Amino acid sequence: MTSPQNASAGSRFPKGARAFPHRDLIGISSLERHEILYLLAEAEQYVAFNRQAAKHSEQLAGLTIINAFFENSTRTLLSFEIAGKRLGADVVNMYAAQSSVKKGETLIDTAVTLNAMRADAIVIRHGSSGAVGLIANHVDCPVLNAGDGQHEHPTQALLDALALRHKLRERGNEAEDFTGLTVTICGDILHSRVARSNVLCLQALGASVRLCAPPALMPVGVERMGAQPFHDFEAALEGADVVMMLRLQNERMDGQYIPSPREYRHLYGLTPERLALAREDAIVMHPGPMNRGVEIDSAVADMATRAIITSQVEMGVAIRMACLDVLTRKARGVVGWGEGEWV
Amino acid sequence: MKQVRPLSITGGTLVTPDGLVDGTLRCDAGLIVPGDVQDGDEVVDAGGKLVAPGLVDLGVFAIDKPAFHFGGITRAALMPDLSPPLDHPARVRFMAQSGKPDMWVHPLAAATQGLEGQQLAEIALMREAGARAIATGRKWIGDSGVMLRLLQYAAMLDMVVVTHAEDAGIAGKAAATAGEMATRLGLPSAPKEAETLALARDIALAEMSGARIHARQVTTREGLDLVRQAKARGVAITAGVTPAHFMLSDLAMGDYRTFTRLSPPLREEDDRQAVVEAIGDGTIDVIASGHDPRGPEDKNLPFADAAPGMAGAETLLAMTLTLVRDGVIDMVRAFDLLARNSARLLGVGAGALEEGLEADVALLDPEAPWIVDSREMAAAAGNTPFDRQPAQGRVTMLWKGGVAIDL
Repeated sequence: MTSPQNASAGSRFPKGARAFPHRDLIGISSLERHEILYLLAEAEQYVAFNRQAAKHSEQLAGLTIINAFFENSTRTLLSFEIAGKRLGADVVNMYAAQSSVKKGETLIDTAVTLNAMRADAIVIRHGSSGAVGLIANHVDCPVLNAGDGQHEHPTQALLDALALRHKLRERGNEAEDFTGLTVTICGDILHSRVARSNVLCLQALGASVRLCAPPALMPVGVERMGAQPFHDFEAALEGADVVMMLRLQNERMDGQYIPSPREYRHLYGLTPERLALAREDAIVMHPGPMNRGVEIDSAVADMATRAIITSQVEMGVAIRMACLDVLTRKARGVVGWGEGEWV
Repeated sequence: MKQVRPLSITGGTLVTPDGLVDGTLRCDAGLIVPGDVQDGDEVVDAGGKLVAPGLVDLGVFAIDKPAFHFGGITRAALMPDLSPPLDHPARVRFMAQSGKPDMWVHPLAAATQGLEGQQLAEIALMREAGARAIATGRKWIGDSGVMLRLLQYAAMLDMVVVTHAEDAGIAGKAAATAGEMATRLGLPSAPKEAETLALARDIALAEMSGARIHARQVTTREGLDLVRQAKARGVAITAGVTPAHFMLSDLAMGDYRTFTRLSPPLREEDDRQAVVEAIGDGTIDVIASGHDPRGPEDKNLPFADAAPGMAGAETLLAMTLTLVRDGVIDMVRAFDLLARNSARLLGVGAGALEEGLEADVALLDPEAPWIVDSREMAAAAGNTPFDRQPAQGRVTMLWKGGVAIDL
């Protein structure tokens, strides 16, 4: 069995904790370009590691990781759980439907409780924007944001970047970042934390980002974040190198935003015909879960050479392993990551 | 407590409606009286400081005496948004007595039962019980038919209706104004036109019914334009604002600080500037605190889940004085905004240093520096959006009806 190696040794990134001087991972917005690249570089070793038959290391042995999910999740929770277990940590899942928490204990009391149980890292998903940052202010260990409201979902953006990079490499493009690429993100931008994190991450890595949604699902001011807004999906697809589809987040909608799924597909569904408007070999992404026949047709989702939707899931585990590894280095006393070395 | 001995405040500069006057203010039997110091008067030397009317705060959500007195507030109009709401004469009568003798509370009658915007409340009976005006609360009355009948009724009773200008359908569950900041923070947001629409309708209905309306908070450029135009046409509308909307823009919500979660929410910088202009040109008539102390159980939450509102009584005067220092308004107008205009709207004999009015007086050092500290507030809770901000201007002595209040 090959144990993952410390890829940062001898790399061009700053030494020790200066490569990633953050206690928590709350959002892409607080990361510099080189810090994003560092996490991607650290994740590469786990991609290879995860492809072995025996994929267990003892790197985080003895550490307790709590996955506190205040909102429904299947894939993200599973991905974080697998990531922690493969690194040898004791992983505990706390699934608290938001309603039951709202009835009694406040979020901060819950956070303090988790802290008192001496977690070494806490992974949190919560339905309110800013909630994960709020918890981070009340605990002593690293906090990873697994999605907060409509704010950010940083590991999703990182895994998307990693999956995209792998696909580009497979095609012989060895560039470190995405300079020159045009990425079209289409769907319920308003309610999507994935879109926000991806806009920030893709732009930090040099891509230009187009956002496409009907007016009611397009947040105000995206152009001031550097993204180009579109309402016409076909115009947004024109010449795009990457097309990322998002689902409609019906559970977040306060009121009716579109008449029907059928009508939505008519205007914004990614069909093979529409995909033909993008670059000839344009890459198709989707963070899942997909609604086949609504925002994406099966014929597109299953294109083996172009859709990297399952690769996104695979990269998710590697990215989360890298994040857990990097953020617990201080607690584990990894050389160069000790006390007083945070910026 | 009644004033037992006449009081003369000498050696100060009086802030009167006609200008700043160096001289003596004499109070007897609870009222401001003409003349100079007389034998037997209790004499207080103002030491060259300002002698100003006690503030009349039009629109607070809690009776919080220590905070009001710190801020030089001697009268406050209490919004009906209590639990249960002020929609019953007995509750109005009780609240009207609740601050006496050293703080007068003027309850605002709930416009509709339970503030639900459907059935008119017993407004005339509440007036009898001491309600000084009517308020729709922190909600907009969505049904225009109900609003029209309310305004017709209020016009008959000659009572001002204090409105909340936020179209409920557009505002929804918004915690922020739609814009770059809300998008970056991922907060549920509503376009600022929620205010424009609500104001446009209310102005039209006020014009129809002849009622007097006071839009408690007008916070957008377009909303202020509507008020300006309506005033020019002779509509009986007045407008107010709180310091949050002329001191802060939505940038202050960064880091999800829930002390900046307000209703209506903070606006973009252009709107903040429009509010400052509107204070300068007279479109805005009243600056109020919107005082709403909220403890950690309401504020130590994710932004959108937190209750809106700020503890504003202590900072009301100091923040308004920044407008004087910036040359937007002069000192006389500052006290028109803080006291005189709201007293007139409420129909109470106070709010100015004029003969025959109630001797609610503040001695003010307009330059005294201090730092706002949410941990050390006089208010019941420290939810100020101005935390750690340097401020200038402090009340050093305060009299209600000629009787000194311990500060």
